Amino acid sequence: MIVAEQKPLDEIKTMLEGCKKVLAVGCGTCVTVCFAGGRREVGILSASLRMSTDLDGEAIAVEETTVQRQCEEEYIAPLEADLEEYDAVLSLGCGVGVQSLARQFPGKRILPALNTKFMGFPSEHGVWEERCQGCGNCVLHITGGVCPVSRCPKQLFNGPCGGSQDGICEVDPGTECAWHTICTNQLELGLFEEMMKVQPAKDWSTSRDGGHRRIVREDIRLPEIEKA
Amino acid sequence: MTTEAKEFEPEVVAFCCRHCAYSAADLAGGGRMTYPCAIKIVEMPCTGRANVLEILHAMENGADGVAVAGCLPGTCHYIKGNTHARQRVDHVSELLTKIGLEEMRVRMIHISAAMGAQFVAEVTNFVETIKDLGPSPLSRDTGNARVAPGSEHAGSKP
Amino acid sequence: MNMHYPAFRMPENTDTPPIAERCDSKLARVLASGEFAVTGEVGPPKGCTTEPVRTKARLLTDCVDAANVTDNQTAVVRMSSIAAGLIVLEEGIEPIIQMTCRDRNRLAMQSDLLGAYALGIKNLLCLSGDHQSGGNHPGAKNVHDIDSMQFLRMMKEMRDENIFQCGEEIKGGGPRFLLGGAANPFADPAQWRPYRLAKKALAGADFVQTQLVYDLPKFREYMKRVVDMGVAEQIKVIVGVGPLKSTGMAKYMRDRVPGMSVPDPLVERMDGAVAGIDKGKKADRSTAWRNEGIKICIEQIQEIRAIDGVAGVHIMGIEWEEAIRPIAEGAGLLPRPII
Repeated sequence: MIVAEQKPLDEIKTMLEGCKKVLAVGCGTCVTVCFAGGRREVGILSASLRMSTDLDGEAIAVEETTVQRQCEEEYIAPLEADLEEYDAVLSLGCGVGVQSLARQFPGKRILPALNTKFMGFPSEHGVWEERCQGCGNCVLHITGGVCPVSRCPKQLFNGPCGGSQDGICEVDPGTECAWHTICTNQLELGLFEEMMKVQPAKDWSTSRDGGHRRIVREDIRLPEIEKA
Repeated sequence: MTTEAKEFEPEVVAFCCRHCAYSAADLAGGGRMTYPCAIKIVEMPCTGRANVLEILHAMENGADGVAVAGCLPGTCHYIKGNTHARQRVDHVSELLTKIGLEEMRVRMIHISAAMGAQFVAEVTNFVETIKDLGPSPLSRDTGNARVAPGSEHAGSKP
Repeated sequence: MNMHYPAFRMPENTDTPPIAERCDSKLARVLASGEFAVTGEVGPPKGCTTEPVRTKARLLTDCVDAANVTDNQTAVVRMSSIAAGLIVLEEGIEPIIQMTCRDRNRLAMQSDLLGAYALGIKNLLCLSGDHQSGGNHPGAKNVHDIDSMQFLRMMKEMRDENIFQCGEEIKGGGPRFLLGGAANPFADPAQWRPYRLAKKALAGADFVQTQLVYDLPKFREYMKRVVDMGVAEQIKVIVGVGPLKSTGMAKYMRDRVPGMSVPDPLVERMDGAVAGIDKGKKADRSTAWRNEGIKICIEQIQEIRAIDGVAGVHIMGIEWEEAIRPIAEGAGLLPRPII
């Protein structure tokens, strides 16, 4: 899932300066599951903003709604009906959600209430860890199911650096050394030959380095006539 | 000023667990012990049911303080409900500071069903704390409450 | 976890010429001759004056065959290793330029190294680089376009096949660097370390310099495996040594530095060096510690020299470059051979 966390309240208040009435829009998908932008978080943030701006003497009326998915047109299109009455829309979606709203409602100020952090999973309740950077060229089959691109701070492809100690990464004592686990898994899975192979320089053109990425599937794309 | 302020009568919401604090309050009542009438008790099956949003809405709707009263540590009927409640109360404390209210306006209390007197002592102490703090700037007393009685909460979109 | 690593034997080297033919650096000639090599280190200054580089370089004159010039070491911005390397060269010492994968992508690496070679630099140490989070620009974006193995492979192909990383031909021939890497015999997973060294050799390293070695029993085990795999025949292992300056430093390295092993008897020896000296006499204690540190270092070099598969020592002063001459002298490494 996409993992996000809320921006500091003060930063959001600064963004909202000058607004009288704002619509906070949550998203019912990834950010609900990671407790950052679901219905409840929308409620908490909105109540906090109402109280805080009231105490400041510049009360902002913050109203709330949550859609199933901010990143799909069909779910956000119905918001248009009463959008006119709001000075701005505060999105509690990920960066994709914010941009989908901005694309859907040009001319309306769409403000991000979250910082989108990474693609990851909950390793325990209340703890999320990054697992994928979307490099566009997956190598998990040779690295024993552990991603060196997203989990090794130096993005090494040929084994652990000299800072691995007791299975812990030197960059962050709270993180396990990805390569320590990769070595263990590779040995268990009989991938010793892969371990000893000098893995060639990665082609990053499939990653963000190659420019803005886009996938076109002609097999499911709507014919021009239907789009119209 | 001619209108000397009458003594501040706070409004304090207490989310009480049915298995402990709520029964303790009952016991206190049955024993003819008195506790401040400021306390408005909301019964819950477990304090694990109390969530951040409800506590915030109580504050937003004009409460001067919110107490969450659950079982003694380690004795929750649902194993960890009171532990979660404490985490959430701590979180609300932090939120209140960021919002601009005093963090002491929320408090977690641990009590057993047999502790009628202690319940009285705990809530009395909390009400005293709130009295010392004075009315919440958002309370009805200050005329700032923004929510009409009866409405669900200020942000609910029709 | 103790994993089972399969047996490994280094494949025969069929395509790379003998070390002396790969590069005409002094270090290459010393290593090719079988002489015990000595390298040192010059850390460039955090500024743009040349004098600190010259001063440090002069302390190494006639003590070392070549000197490493670090590249933004510990991710702290310093004068570029190539520029400082040229100053070192002017002082009559052959530089080993360090370059990390942290700060440059493959374009910048190749272009800077074409330039470095054009200006007379002949030795290169290919490193991943310390993470920037511990340096003085923790907000920097790191690059890590390629890793140290891929870096070595790229430079080997530039030298031996005259091609750029993309496969395009280098007209007029590629830079003929002597290629080095880093090795840490004590980092985890411990069993993996000899294999990693083998991989560096396969990637194209002509030599490696190790992390500081204080734990000789552990290092002997490592070298035995390296020799048994046939790795030492194909890569020159230069062992990192350095004088301890105090008991505190010994303890810090033992307890705090990841991938570092300092045995207790050494810490006790450092402690013993200041026995009977009043704690208030700071200068006296420091002198006693430093004398003992130099003594230990000399003894260790002599023991290391006797280990099968070791090709030399890399003496690191660690902000105490004055110690390098007495150490080299005491260990009988002077005068350096002229080859």
